[in-house]
Amino acid sequence: MADKVIMSDADMQRAIRRIAHEIVEHSRGASGVVLVGVHSRGAPLARRIATAIQGFEGVPVPVGALDISLHRDDLPRLAARPRVQRSHIPTDINDKTVVLVDDVLYTGRTARAALDALNDFGRPRRIMLAVMVDRGHRELPIRPDFVGRNLPTSRDELVSVELAETDGNDRVLLHSPGRD
Amino acid sequence: MNGLTRTVDRRDQQEAANGTGMSTRPPQATAEPSPLPWTRRHVLDLDDFTPDEIAIVLETADAMREVLGREVPRLPTLRGTTIATLFYEASTRTRASFELAGKALGADVINVSSSGSSVEKGESLIDTVRTLRAIGVDILVMRHSNSGAPYLAARHVDAAVLNGGDGWHAHPTQALLDLFTIQRRLGNVRGCKVVIVGDIMHSRVARSNLWGLSAAGAEIVVCGPPTLIPAGLGVIDEAEPGRCLPHVTVCHDLREALDGADVVMTLRLQKERMQSGLIPSLREYSRLYEITAERLRWAKPDALVMHPGPMNEGVEIAPDVAYSVQSGIEEQVTNGVAVRMALLYLIRGGKRAA
Repeated sequence: MADKVIMSDADMQRAIRRIAHEIVEHSRGASGVVLVGVHSRGAPLARRIATAIQGFEGVPVPVGALDISLHRDDLPRLAARPRVQRSHIPTDINDKTVVLVDDVLYTGRTARAALDALNDFGRPRRIMLAVMVDRGHRELPIRPDFVGRNLPTSRDELVSVELAETDGNDRVLLHSPGRD
Repeated sequence: MNGLTRTVDRRDQQEAANGTGMSTRPPQATAEPSPLPWTRRHVLDLDDFTPDEIAIVLETADAMREVLGREVPRLPTLRGTTIATLFYEASTRTRASFELAGKALGADVINVSSSGSSVEKGESLIDTVRTLRAIGVDILVMRHSNSGAPYLAARHVDAAVLNGGDGWHAHPTQALLDLFTIQRRLGNVRGCKVVIVGDIMHSRVARSNLWGLSAAGAEIVVCGPPTLIPAGLGVIDEAEPGRCLPHVTVCHDLREALDGADVVMTLRLQKERMQSGLIPSLREYSRLYEITAERLRWAKPDALVMHPGPMNEGVEIAPDVAYSVQSGIEEQVTNGVAVRMALLYLIRGGKRAA
């Protein structure tokens, strides 16, 4: 088994700062922007992007957390129920720019469920998607607006985004089976 | 924990989630589903619930509370699932909250009562539940005046069965919503002193609560007239030391029972108990056991007051207590919807014949 470090903590911090700048540039300022992280690793990532934006713009950005398990399209096929967490959307999202934040973009099914879940809270003016790693293999017509790292993978590989908040340290790992 | 172990763990979880291992989907096809260790198909009583299972229900119910606070509390989670409520006894809150819970999760819900259905023509319980299964019911919520009826249904039908109250035996969803209400109000059930006051003998709510509270780590005291407390409660069964009965203290004096109580749970006194001679009169009962504002001061200053409803105001509980800030009675009803949503989500209904 081979675990390859794709991004170090410094790489991740640079990517977060860059994404923060891109979001502000794209939205012509930070006002009207709401960051919504997908449980569980998207939520701390969203908080970090918000901290970065506040750092250079001086404007606080509302941060929410979204649970998508009740909107998954594969629930009847799973043998065990996924854990459900509270969603928390701290502000009215109607007519705002919502940036969904997640750790890995793969098939696009999580992003689809997140769009659906967000719908329950209002109708944003625009929804964008920020991810730390885009590993390809989309199954739905979904593309990210802000990407930390584009990482070509094969389907039998695993990508883990580790965060200090949830895992004790910051790094992105690629795990490839069969290369022992 | 190093990164390697963690990655492998995650894949194991994913494989467990996919069940058969025949899935064509590679691991991490979607975000890690973080599968819950829940295998239960029916919820008939809490006597075999583990503390972990109770924690899963309460945690899921907490997320469901958030859903209920939304402007449009409606999700697609159980789309295509059909729930039937089959009630052989009267009910307002259990039935209505199951119906709302099912609808909030996007299920179809049909209501069947013994009156107005083929039960009146003498159809047997087994035939009725088989008929409901044959028309596509996946989850059966059942209330019956005979203890054990939902167990019989669960044995004869390929659908998930939720006990909505059977005889004097069990009312697990009420006990779970009581635990959820205590946890929300007091932060934790473990270590709380919970006093259950009233007719324990004929109360399925009390019986399920004894199991649930005991598994959740509460200190339980039951209080009431000796004629309404089942013999043997609070006695350790020496003959069957392996059998795990909830540890309960029995106390007939209300003042002594309420001393230091965090939760006062009072039960409905059924009027027919007086006719059968178990209590001399309602007045005598309320003189000794009614929870009044004055007696509530015997408990901790901010003790939580609960009642499963429907209430006999002025018999087991005084109206000013029932509607006071210390009362969690209305919140119990709201929490009932969240807890039932959690259970409907967790048990996943009957698998469609595939």
